[in-house]
Amino acid sequence: MTSSLPAGMKVVQAGPLALVEDGGRLGVRHLGVTQGGAADWVSFYWSNWLLGNPLNSTALEVVVGGGLVLEAECAARLALTGADLDATLDDEPLLPGASFAVRPGQRLTFRQPREGLRAYLAFPGGLEAPQVLGSASTTPRERLGGLHEDGRPLTVGDRLTWRGAPAVERHLPPGSTVWLPGSDCRLELVAGAQIGVFTGASLYAAFNARWRVDDRADRMGVRLLGPGLASHASSMISEGIPLGAVQVPPDGQPIVLLNDRQTIGGYPRLGALTPLAAARLAQCLPGQEVRLVATSRARALAEHRRVLGRFR
Amino acid sequence: MRAVIETTAMDVLMVRLFDTIAESNMAWIMAADQALRQTFGEMLIDLVPSYTTLMVHYDCLRLEHGEAHGRIRQALEHLRPADTQAGERHEIPVWYDESVGPELHRVAERAGIGIDELIRRHCDHDYCVFALGFAPGYGFMGLVDEELATPRLETPRRRVAAGSVGIADRQTAVYPLVSPGGWNILGRTAVPLFESARRGNPLFVPGDRVRFTSVPRAEFEAQGGDTTPLEERQ
Repeated sequence: MTSSLPAGMKVVQAGPLALVEDGGRLGVRHLGVTQGGAADWVSFYWSNWLLGNPLNSTALEVVVGGGLVLEAECAARLALTGADLDATLDDEPLLPGASFAVRPGQRLTFRQPREGLRAYLAFPGGLEAPQVLGSASTTPRERLGGLHEDGRPLTVGDRLTWRGAPAVERHLPPGSTVWLPGSDCRLELVAGAQIGVFTGASLYAAFNARWRVDDRADRMGVRLLGPGLASHASSMISEGIPLGAVQVPPDGQPIVLLNDRQTIGGYPRLGALTPLAAARLAQCLPGQEVRLVATSRARALAEHRRVLGRFR
Repeated sequence: MRAVIETTAMDVLMVRLFDTIAESNMAWIMAADQALRQTFGEMLIDLVPSYTTLMVHYDCLRLEHGEAHGRIRQALEHLRPADTQAGERHEIPVWYDESVGPELHRVAERAGIGIDELIRRHCDHDYCVFALGFAPGYGFMGLVDEELATPRLETPRRRVAAGSVGIADRQTAVYPLVSPGGWNILGRTAVPLFESARRGNPLFVPGDRVRFTSVPRAEFEAQGGDTTPLEERQ
């Protein structure tokens, strides 16, 4: 290491999964390329908001934590939101929902989830990362995006550098921290046209059962365990899949499709979670109980606008 | 053609044009694709055409739901089928061999024919690219000769090599990059599909036509093909 290196942070220890993410790779799904982007976009927005960055600025999604260690090479103000992954700056505990200053040589460590699953770390002006098809989002399965354009998650030896400039000091408005799932996690769902292929008993079960988040859960999709849902169609002709789609394969256990989902698929669907509910689900640890709650498209949009209205 | 517009998500509408898969759908799907792109302009976030549908993801913060509906109606109003001959035609050389195509035997046996005959039939006509999906540049093509139609593997492979050419029911496809997959693998091509996809120019787009040709190992290797055998089961 010499002093001529640009200022940034280096990855001392990688942890299981830390991904460079932004608002997603849009306008390319017809090429078979997934949407990507920060899975809990609300926490991601807040991390950028805290520094005065444009809300879609490239940031880090830290999943689980599990021993990710970053070392600062310069003084900077960063912001942490989303899950509480028992993070520390040197030995000082670091709670999500605020910005903080780092000095050269200080180490930022993420351990285990205490609440939520994904933490977001924002940098002044956003991370520097190459654009692949209009986005820096890392999609390992597609080998696209990230620091090296090949979809690789953060690895030991990687260096994070940022664009610089806006680093205003802001504080979260009251109420915006009560975002993580909690004990009663309601997931609002806009019913889709295919809902009619499910039996009446299955529809009753879908909206009244307590569902449990399975450990088969990642940025592609999250399985829910509960009563088996039956439909008159076991599979259909493959068609586009929206964010939050709740698809039901023949085993009757729903899979909610998230940011890194395949672009088209052929299982019957109950509908799609609202983007807010999809973000909330992305913070659920395996074992978390969730409920599906029907909402209308108009109500979903009103709530969506209300949340966006807070980022002022 | 009777278009149905369905609510699919808060900010997504599905345009359903057909109920069954047919090559003749493609002229309409392609025409609708163009018309929808034009009518929505920058209000369009993503448009995903498939066998019988087009999924319209629009900017719900700037475009009212009713207006989105209206624009779809408008786009479909005077739709004329696109010229399907305008699609590009691609020749994909494939090395058909049991080392890289472990299901050659399974598919041939089900069809009651020899492996040579299976290869001949897989190569004897142009396939239409119906949709891209599953992975960047992964083209769903059809229709495969009815007798060759073979269901997916009961247990998908965890790793299918890049360039693998497979069959699932009456569809055929090439895996652009290493991925899990449950298709019946017949052989492998050296044509780099993924590189073109990651630059935003996938080799195939819906409406294109693809013809597979059988090449011997030496030619496959000369084209830069990877001869590492594909595990039969995992």
